[in-house]
Amino acid sequence: MTDVADDTTAPRGATVSPATSTTQAPVVGRATARPTARVAGGRRGPGPAWRKRAEIAFFVAPALLLFLFFVVWPIVKAVQFSLYRWKGFGPLVDFVGLRNYVSVLQNDVFTDALQHNLTIVVCSILIQLPLGLAIALLLNRRLWGQGVLRTIIFVPYVLAEVIAGVVWFQLLQPQYGVIDAVLGVVGLEGPPQGWLGTPDKAMIAVIAVLTWKYLGLAVILFLAGLQGVPEELYEASQLDGASWWQTQRRITIPLLGPTVRTWAFLSMIGSLQLFDMVWILTKGGPANATTTMVTFLVTEGTKRQNFGIASAASVILFVVALTFALLYQRFVMRRDTQDPAPRKKAHR
Amino acid sequence: MSAGTLTPPSTGQPPRATGRRRGVKRPGGGSPLVYGLALVVVALTVGPVLYGVLGGFRSNAQLAETPAGLPSPWVLSNYSGVLTNPDFWRYTLNSTVIALVTTAIVVVFGMMAAYPLARYRFRGREQLFLVFVAGLLFPATVAIIPLFILITKDLQLGNTWWGVALPQAAFALPTTVIILRPFLQALPDELEEAALLDGASRVGFFWRILVPLSGPGMVTVGVLAFVGSWNAYLLPLLLLQGGMKTLPLGVADYSSEYSSDTAGVFAFTSLAMIPALVFFLAMQKRIVNGLQGAVKG
Repeated sequence: MTDVADDTTAPRGATVSPATSTTQAPVVGRATARPTARVAGGRRGPGPAWRKRAEIAFFVAPALLLFLFFVVWPIVKAVQFSLYRWKGFGPLVDFVGLRNYVSVLQNDVFTDALQHNLTIVVCSILIQLPLGLAIALLLNRRLWGQGVLRTIIFVPYVLAEVIAGVVWFQLLQPQYGVIDAVLGVVGLEGPPQGWLGTPDKAMIAVIAVLTWKYLGLAVILFLAGLQGVPEELYEASQLDGASWWQTQRRITIPLLGPTVRTWAFLSMIGSLQLFDMVWILTKGGPANATTTMVTFLVTEGTKRQNFGIASAASVILFVVALTFALLYQRFVMRRDTQDPAPRKKAHR
Repeated sequence: MSAGTLTPPSTGQPPRATGRRRGVKRPGGGSPLVYGLALVVVALTVGPVLYGVLGGFRSNAQLAETPAGLPSPWVLSNYSGVLTNPDFWRYTLNSTVIALVTTAIVVVFGMMAAYPLARYRFRGREQLFLVFVAGLLFPATVAIIPLFILITKDLQLGNTWWGVALPQAAFALPTTVIILRPFLQALPDELEEAALLDGASRVGFFWRILVPLSGPGMVTVGVLAFVGSWNAYLLPLLLLQGGMKTLPLGVADYSSEYSSDTAGVFAFTSLAMIPALVFFLAMQKRIVNGLQGAVKG
């Protein structure tokens, strides 16, 4: 509708009124308030519609092209590869339909990897949420060296997973590692093959290292959320004689809801895509005890050159992540994402 | 600015500002228990990092004998060995250039894309935004094999700085747009109306007003992109070989090649983590400001 109208008016404007369009357009735009098109379309002033579209195109095009070329296109290719048996040489000819998917889903290594991912998703949230909240509330109090504390807590997050992984790999070494040495002082003993070398301990070690690495992100996000809690609420609750703990429980934590939900979403997606840390710590071992979907597809793709299988696995990974994201958006984050300001107030 | 001038009537700004600064209002929860807990948290957080740094000052014999000990005597040869290792410097250069190029692309393109998504009204805007949001669900790993083929075979950019920087920037765009859009939306409409009344075009408004005011937001996404690139592992792993490797690859290589030289690994790793840490610490205040700017509006 509006497109048609714009197209018919544009040429006329070009011939008749270069002067009016430069000098008067904004004023006219204000004065008449553009009753029809602008009410629905927005409050913007100057320039005809084609110009607006050109501006939009100019601003969005570089990012969009880069994104389409290096993100969307390879993903489309991944879907295509997943339908072929292909070792990386020659043209795609050996079409196998969905057989790659069937073989991936029937592969115990992959289904175990999927389970590991889900374990990591659940453990990350269950461990980091209470810990992160506790530390954020702690650091939100007036403390000496508060700024330094906040910086320190964020340090692990800034380090590369590779670097953190290499350090932890050394710490977790069986005899000479400091973890076992410390345990020895308390009278405990690490597993003889080392934490990372024992199948039923390796996952615990990986989750512990991930907690160490990513707790800081939770804390920083929660602290930022706490900044958004109006001071008056604290004053009011103090006047009402609430204890510190009551204030946190009744006021702070509920108001942190949106921040927590956003964080949990990020954490979830990150856990599903985990690779670097596991690759450095265990390479998915021992005996495939710590594989993830990504280590599976990297092994298949780069080590065995099974590009079809690897691509099928990556498509499955994507579908899993998308399902999670959609369900989460639908059931958990819904109230945060819809047109923030007015509606949220109406709900509360 | 105008947000600041709007708030005082509703909240007692002056007392609040002073109260914030020196803890007049809420007499700090400074019980020994709280400090004790904070100390435990700090110890657990920096302990491993510090152990690695100190481990670089010990010999392998010391590390084996008393894993939990301090350096005695302090050994400098591990660090000096890494610092005189030309590979280390080449990896550092590669990491730096790739991270800078990635950051520049992300900030410029991301800022441009976020502007119409934040402040224009047009049909399909939310769908366009969703296209970028959907990108969050794709780690580079999902598309890593086609990406590898695209870059090495089709573009002939394998083993180059650009070959890593371009896809990294593309994969960093979703986060950037998602952070910048609300940031740009939060800038008051009055600014834009005033600029337009004064005869500025929307493009002029973007360059002269929006970009200068968006410093904190751009720093936030810039730092995220830089650190993301600096720490990236998988894409460089597949695309870069030999002298083109980045620091994470170098660290991983070194640690598997010289795995028995624990002290050397610690020294190499510690030196490799310094740039990201320094960069982050230097920018930390602005990152936090950027985040707060985005939150408060």
